[in-house]
Amino acid sequence: MKRHLAHTYLILVFVILYAPILFLIVYSFSQGDTMTNYHGFTWRHYQTLFTDARMLAIVANTLLVALLSSLIATIIGTLGALSINRTTKRVTRESLLTLNNVLMVSPDVIIGASFLIFFTMLKIPLGFGSVLMSHIAFEIPIVVLMVLPRLREMSAAMLDAAEDLGATTRQLLSRVILPFISPGIFAGFFMALTYSLDDFAVTFFVTGNGFSTLSVEIYSRARQGINLEINALSGVMFLFSLLLVGGYYWIQQASQKRKHRRREVAS
Amino acid sequence: MTKRKTWLYAIPYGLWLALFVIAPVALIIYQSFFDLSHHLTISNYTTYFQSATYLKMTLNSVWVAFLITLFTILISYPTAYFLHHLKHRQFWLLLVILPTWINILLKAYAFIGIFSQAGLANQFLTFIGIGPQQILFTTASFIFVATYIQIPFMILPIFNALDDLNPAFINASKDLGASGWQTFHHIIFPLTLPGVKAGIQAVFIPSLSLFMLTRLIGGNKVITLGTAIEEHFLTTMNWGMGSTIGVILIVAMIIVMTLTGDQQSKGGTPR
Repeated sequence: MKRHLAHTYLILVFVILYAPILFLIVYSFSQGDTMTNYHGFTWRHYQTLFTDARMLAIVANTLLVALLSSLIATIIGTLGALSINRTTKRVTRESLLTLNNVLMVSPDVIIGASFLIFFTMLKIPLGFGSVLMSHIAFEIPIVVLMVLPRLREMSAAMLDAAEDLGATTRQLLSRVILPFISPGIFAGFFMALTYSLDDFAVTFFVTGNGFSTLSVEIYSRARQGINLEINALSGVMFLFSLLLVGGYYWIQQASQKRKHRRREVAS
Repeated sequence: MTKRKTWLYAIPYGLWLALFVIAPVALIIYQSFFDLSHHLTISNYTTYFQSATYLKMTLNSVWVAFLITLFTILISYPTAYFLHHLKHRQFWLLLVILPTWINILLKAYAFIGIFSQAGLANQFLTFIGIGPQQILFTTASFIFVATYIQIPFMILPIFNALDDLNPAFINASKDLGASGWQTFHHIIFPLTLPGVKAGIQAVFIPSLSLFMLTRLIGGNKVITLGTAIEEHFLTTMNWGMGSTIGVILIVAMIIVMTLTGDQQSKGGTPR
């Protein structure tokens, strides 16, 4: 009886969680122009979407910003994690970590507004450059947080062994440290990518007039009312996120399996 | 020699800390002391604390964020608890996280459709005999949608806290004759409180600043601190006042963080 109640509750929560998303996707196949009555199946809105040159350009922009910013953020963040890990004083490390987390806990509006002041004071024009820099900036801390735990797991004995065997600093980094922390680096890259694709508020503040990303475009179209092209877009994006989640899950599973195998070999 | 070389690796990260963490915070505080004609003044703060409109807006924003957080906890705690008892719980947890990967604006847009005059919600109300209501552009709809969006961010930390809970405590409590409710009240809930606190941090602060939802769903009926900041920065171009409200928001954030801060040194498993 109790179990039934629990299961009913869970089913209800899952229905609530997914209903709006399914609702959007169902209406992307409706022949009408509103989200009120279903009018029969059509691919029309997807056709409109894939011939909408403005929308396609914005999708390309969004992907470019996301990939480029995550790549740069991953490099800077990994170097940052390496430097934080090298600090010996507890106080230094703690204050570095606190500073690192400032952008993680700050509300989006604060980040957006303060970056806007920053760019304006330095006379940096708003557009692709400012959006790219902002995305790199708010992605770095999550990369650091993903890489640091792997660095902590690394045993000092391994590094000493490599050094005793004559490895230079460079070799130590490329042959020992980087391969060991690579799962953390990949996870950081993935998280950075999703942060970038998901961001609206910060981009909205620093984007200016000429440049737009998907979130900003959806916002301005949604303010004008219902347009089933957006539903088609959400269908495509849902599929895309499924693939991303699947990819992330697969990478985690693979790394866990590798860990297990290594343990079996060791024992 | 190694010391000198590794020092170089820290430069990009250090630059980032200086330019994009310290400088922006300093700039927003600096900007809050300038009025519209760029004079150094504290008038923004005096205006803020003397104006009934600003104070009411702030109180209202905090109250709405409190309600959103409360509803999120009430829905998420049982969900996390029941989920934790399931067989393939990691898989189900992934299904909870999946909606967070859908762009927040698309979810808001879905509710514009659901809550519209002839939308799904009103069709349902008509069906059960209440008749269509104005749902969109009300405070209630804003709270509903914000709660919907925040639920996964609350479930996740509570679920992790339940995962960290040593089942031996529960068994011991049961062996000592505690009822199911007593075990929950005295053992499970206190030990998962850190998860709830982490959830509050993840939900309350963003709820103070969700300006896109107030625009799309709240129809300017609800004005949160975030909406006010966006308005001052991008519409009325009064950056000084916008920054002042920003400083207030930062202070609010610090208060919430201290109140819900983890006293992990007292106990809990070290990681």
